[in-house]
Amino acid sequence: MLEIRNLHASVGDRQILRGVDLVVPTGEVHAIMGPNGSGKSTLSYVLSGRDGYDITEGEILFDGKEIIDMPAEERAAAGIFLAFQYPLEIPGVATMTFLKAALNAQRKARGEAELTTPDFMRRVKVAAEKLNVTQEMLRRPLNVGFSGGEKKRNEILQMALLEPKLAILDETDSGLDIDALRVVSDGVNALRSPNRSMLVITHYQRLLDHIVPDVVHVMSAGRIVRSGGPELALELEANGYAGYVEAAA
Amino acid sequence: MNAQPRILRTQAEDTLAAEFAAARTQLPGSTAIASAREAAFAAFQKVGLPHRRVEAWKYTDLRALLRSVPPLALDIAVDGVVPADPLIGFDRARIVIIDGVFRPELSDLSGIEGATITPTVELLRADDARIGARLGAIDDAVVSLNTALMVGGVAIDVPEGVTVARAIEIAHVTTAAIGVHVRNIVTVGADASLRVVESHVGSVGSAYQANVVTEATIGDRAKVVWAKLQAEGDASVHLGTLAVSIGKETQFDHLVLMTGATVSRSQTFVTFTGEFARAGLFGATMIGGRQHADIMLGVDHAVPNGQSRERFKAVMDGRADGIFQGRIVVRPDAQKVDARMMTQGLLLSEESSFSAKPELEIFADDVQCAHGATSGQIDDDMLFYLLSRGIPKAEAETLLVTAFLAEAIEGLGDEAIGAAFEAIAGQWLAARGSEAAA
Ligand SMILES: Nc1ncnc2c1ncn2[C@@H]1O[C@H](COP(=O)(O)OP(=O)(O)OP(=O)(O)O)[C@@H](O)[C@H]1O
Ligand SMILES: [Mg+2]
Repeated sequence: MLEIRNLHASVGDRQILRGVDLVVPTGEVHAIMGPNGSGKSTLSYVLSGRDGYDITEGEILFDGKEIIDMPAEERAAAGIFLAFQYPLEIPGVATMTFLKAALNAQRKARGEAELTTPDFMRRVKVAAEKLNVTQEMLRRPLNVGFSGGEKKRNEILQMALLEPKLAILDETDSGLDIDALRVVSDGVNALRSPNRSMLVITHYQRLLDHIVPDVVHVMSAGRIVRSGGPELALELEANGYAGYVEAAA
Repeated sequence: MNAQPRILRTQAEDTLAAEFAAARTQLPGSTAIASAREAAFAAFQKVGLPHRRVEAWKYTDLRALLRSVPPLALDIAVDGVVPADPLIGFDRARIVIIDGVFRPELSDLSGIEGATITPTVELLRADDARIGARLGAIDDAVVSLNTALMVGGVAIDVPEGVTVARAIEIAHVTTAAIGVHVRNIVTVGADASLRVVESHVGSVGSAYQANVVTEATIGDRAKVVWAKLQAEGDASVHLGTLAVSIGKETQFDHLVLMTGATVSRSQTFVTFTGEFARAGLFGATMIGGRQHADIMLGVDHAVPNGQSRERFKAVMDGRADGIFQGRIVVRPDAQKVDARMMTQGLLLSEESSFSAKPELEIFADDVQCAHGATSGQIDDDMLFYLLSRGIPKAEAETLLVTAFLAEAIEGLGDEAIGAAFEAIAGQWLAARGSEAAA
């Protein structure tokens, strides 16, 4: 599904990604852990096509196709979804208007018919109930005044509606209380499928108790410095990143 | 103040002088009106067209912007092509003024029982005291010019206690390259209620100049919603003035939407004459190409205990220049006044510009006044959030710009007018989107 080779990215003259190699096969869930500032969010932005990064070397293959020159909206329509570490508040844009615009834009880009309003409403209702997203939240402008946890649930709601092929979850667990963590994890697990891959960025083992990954990667100073099974997360939880920071330097 | 001796006249000023000289004997009105015209033209000639050094016109230098002046409309019905109705679908009565002449046969005055509509010409002939009543304190060359040359327009009277069922549109339509000087007089009695849409449209490509002055007197406890749509033809000049006094406990909600004309200036002067009145003044500008649009909203708190809110939003594309001047005056005895003003500009292109000029003149000590101004581009983070969900760039920008303008348009608090104006904003954005795609 996703193959990243020797990816180098910088902002201005600051090199952030320094040779990322990462392969996520179809149907697998991979976790990325790593110290603050190691480049995890940057990688998620580069994968989803945010402007402002210079890709100086390397390649990103999605379904076997190079996507570095593809604009963000086309990548989304092709099936890449990013759950933001810090979801944006957009005053004046109604949540429902936004959801409908996103769903229909992606359908249109794929040559599918737009959803009818009742069909759209039904889909939102079903997904919202599973994630404890209330009708009142859906009536508000997008994320405006949402608590940290509400914003994260709203991200997973969007993921559930958009049914991406590759979901990148950037610290979706941060800001969630214990119950919300379970709700969100259940929501994510419900979307696990042999046709869908996930890249889960987190600092904490506890998320990986709920969303059990196939592979855990450690990122440090802009590279993947180690990969292993779920037990790697436990090891990191116990020992921290001390050894990796030096290894990467 | 700024009356420096002027030696050179511009070509436009020369033409205006010649036009006034030729027209003065044909212009309608009593002898008192005739002498008011003479005095007004003399006042205009003394200062000439507003220019940079006139503080109130700092960013709209008409001396430079008005290269020439078209012939006067006078009483000739030119009968060019009437442009499409931009408010189609919005339910309202219509007073239609074409090329400066009130046209009852094209108007729809149903559903406004209780209100009386009279052509301004009749007021001019009867030397009606309401002509000029609201303009005493306004020292403005463009208003003087209007007084000198005013011909058409209407008077709307809403007696005490009457709620006018339907909104009334005063539709100003210009169909040829002429100079139009319209005067409207609106009187709303105590405890009455009225919704007005003042619209301005004109034929495409026609270099006309419309100078419209409306004087409105609003009685105690009345409720008035006044929306203005400036969607003039693309080659025109729009100079619009609304001078309004609001009585005790009055609620006055006002929105100006500017999107047409090559050069436009819309000025609103609100004077609080009774205590505990509230005024909400909103502006929304959407311009592109080489358009220049200037909104001036001036509030005069002449009495205590008034509340005013000014909220202005401008979106500029291409090489357009958007301007906002907000003026709040609180007179020495006007204690407990609460006046706020907020201005925001959104630049959609590198070459567009936005200038904001807040002016606060506070002479009372126990007042609350605040103002703020910001200017910037579309927020990259918000844009990326929408793009990352698959929403195409043009559509994402449209969502963000609509949201930006909504605050001003919804501020009016009139759902039907708000929806009609939002549709106009939507058309502007769609046209912009299709240009970007082409
Ligand atoms: N636009 C930018 N301009 C300059 N530096 C940047 C920019 N974006 C990221 N960086 C820097 O790049 C490094 C990696 O940032 P990134 O946000 O990718 O880290 P992260 O691994 O997600 O950290 P955290 O665990 O704290 O979320 C940081 O040092 C950050 O300051
Ligand atoms: Mg991060």
